[in-house]
Amino acid sequence: MRKSGLADRSFDTINVLLLIVISLICILPFLQIVAGSFATQQELMEKKFVLIPEVYSLDAYRFIFSDITIPKSMMISVFITVCGTIINLVLTSITAFALARRGLRGRRFIMFLIVFTLLFDGGMIPAYLVVKELGLINTYWAVMIPNAISAFNLILMRNFFMSLPEELFESAKIDGCNDLKTFIQIVIPLSMASMATFMLFYAVNHWNNFMMPFLYLNSPDMWPVQIWLRQIIIMATADFGDFGASIEIPSQSLRMATIVVATLPILLVYPFIQKHFVKGVMIGSVKG
Amino acid sequence: MTNFFSNRQRIKGAAAQNLLKDIWRNRWLYIFVIPGVFYFLIFKYIPMGGVVIAFKDYTPFLGIVESQWVGWKHFERLFQNNDFVMLFRNTILISLYKLLFYFPVPIILALMLNEVRLKVFKRFVQTVIYIPHFFSWVVVAGITYVLLTTEGGIVNEFITWAGGEKINFLGQNAWIRTLLTLQTIWREAGWGTILYLAAMSAVDPQLYEAAKIDGAGRFRQMWNVTLPCIRSTIVILLILQIGNFMDLGFEQIYNMINAGNKDYGNVFDTYVYTIGIKEGQFSYSTAIGLFKSVIGLILVLGSNYLARRSGEEGIF
Repeated sequence: MRKSGLADRSFDTINVLLLIVISLICILPFLQIVAGSFATQQELMEKKFVLIPEVYSLDAYRFIFSDITIPKSMMISVFITVCGTIINLVLTSITAFALARRGLRGRRFIMFLIVFTLLFDGGMIPAYLVVKELGLINTYWAVMIPNAISAFNLILMRNFFMSLPEELFESAKIDGCNDLKTFIQIVIPLSMASMATFMLFYAVNHWNNFMMPFLYLNSPDMWPVQIWLRQIIIMATADFGDFGASIEIPSQSLRMATIVVATLPILLVYPFIQKHFVKGVMIGSVKG
Repeated sequence: MTNFFSNRQRIKGAAAQNLLKDIWRNRWLYIFVIPGVFYFLIFKYIPMGGVVIAFKDYTPFLGIVESQWVGWKHFERLFQNNDFVMLFRNTILISLYKLLFYFPVPIILALMLNEVRLKVFKRFVQTVIYIPHFFSWVVVAGITYVLLTTEGGIVNEFITWAGGEKINFLGQNAWIRTLLTLQTIWREAGWGTILYLAAMSAVDPQLYEAAKIDGAGRFRQMWNVTLPCIRSTIVILLILQIGNFMDLGFEQIYNMINAGNKDYGNVFDTYVYTIGIKEGQFSYSTAIGLFKSVIGLILVLGSNYLARRSGEEGIF
């Protein structure tokens, strides 16, 4: 008995130590970047690894915000994220609600159509041509509308709506509610927690999206922050020669500061939404 | 009144009336579903139809319908092209690396987290390991660049400090696949534990009690109780992973490849972008995309079929 207790304790100790190491691996690279963004160029050159800079310097940030480009691109990212997320939430929730209710004819067929889009897609070029034919290139619609509904989120949300008790809808009907009223006054308030999760997922997707603006927004005036981040960090790297030599190579701390700026909104909301999303991931995917 | 109609007509008329009544009664549901249906038709199904340009010589001037049919020309060109072998090899190798080295990590991590008894510590670790999932691929690429560059990147500084030679991680064929795999593990492994942890929380505690009485240690309990109990979750996620075998993600790879490592890093998605959008060869690049999608469809249906045959639920 004592022997198994010892084995147990050493198991726990090793497990906890390993998990601490894994946590550090997850967070240290980013912490180093945050710290480096506040360090002076000189300290970075001398010490290389800086977790707590000796001299705090806001030079990199001052440089970023001395020019309109990055602040403007952040405003654009905010705009795309807010508008895109609203479109996502409205369209996903009303479609999911309609498909969850028995009154809708042909809902099995529509569900099949939606599930099938998860299995097969036309690929990048036909999608690009559709956006182009609709005249959406170089408009912000192009980065919001082609992603208006995620089939996966739609399925999860529908499962959630279907798990609401049928009596709820019946009693609403007896009280004289039509489906619109039921949806707005009863279903939405009941699903605030899961709505918040979907809102987070959609918002993070919009904020982090690189491909859509890269494909559909040709004018640098319209670029969100992710594309500028690429310009500053990757295009200006001098490790290889084939990219634009005309771009000035920014200092390490400037690159680091740009990364921090581009992740700032997510880091700001993360603590608030953290407790919700675990539940959200599991909505509809694991029963019981 | 009934004498005016034959029975059948009356039933028909009543059915039609009932249908209209029914639709009217549920009118909000129909109004609700219409925008979504249009969205899927326009942005998913029209592009699916749009793949016909893989069999045509598409010119923007003539449009999809008017362009000339050319049969399998673009596919023949693809299969005869040396690039095809390169793309196929890269796609399969990177996918295999992810399957072998990434896929088990969330399971192992979840098993480790599941054994933590101190709730506060467990929650702390979870909070931290989820964070990388919220960074965009551009940010992940940026972090990789800053850490690995030969010009003052910490990893190379450490290597020289330890007496080694600087390694050009970023611009070299030899490293690109490893980097992509490591990036995926770093960004997704923590997040990937969520579903496994959920499945583990549903395991009946009595099973552990019984195993303990039978003298099973912690490893034995993991192996003989936890793992079998989450098998269906593992199978479903494995099917999804295999279904995405051809979809390596444009964003991650495009931000990592460059002139120095494109021979090992270029995959179908990045190639389609270069050939299609940049060079305007729409038909040829659509053919490549279609080839990729068809293989993907076969893989997901195949793995689902195998899962069902071996007695698991499958995803559909």
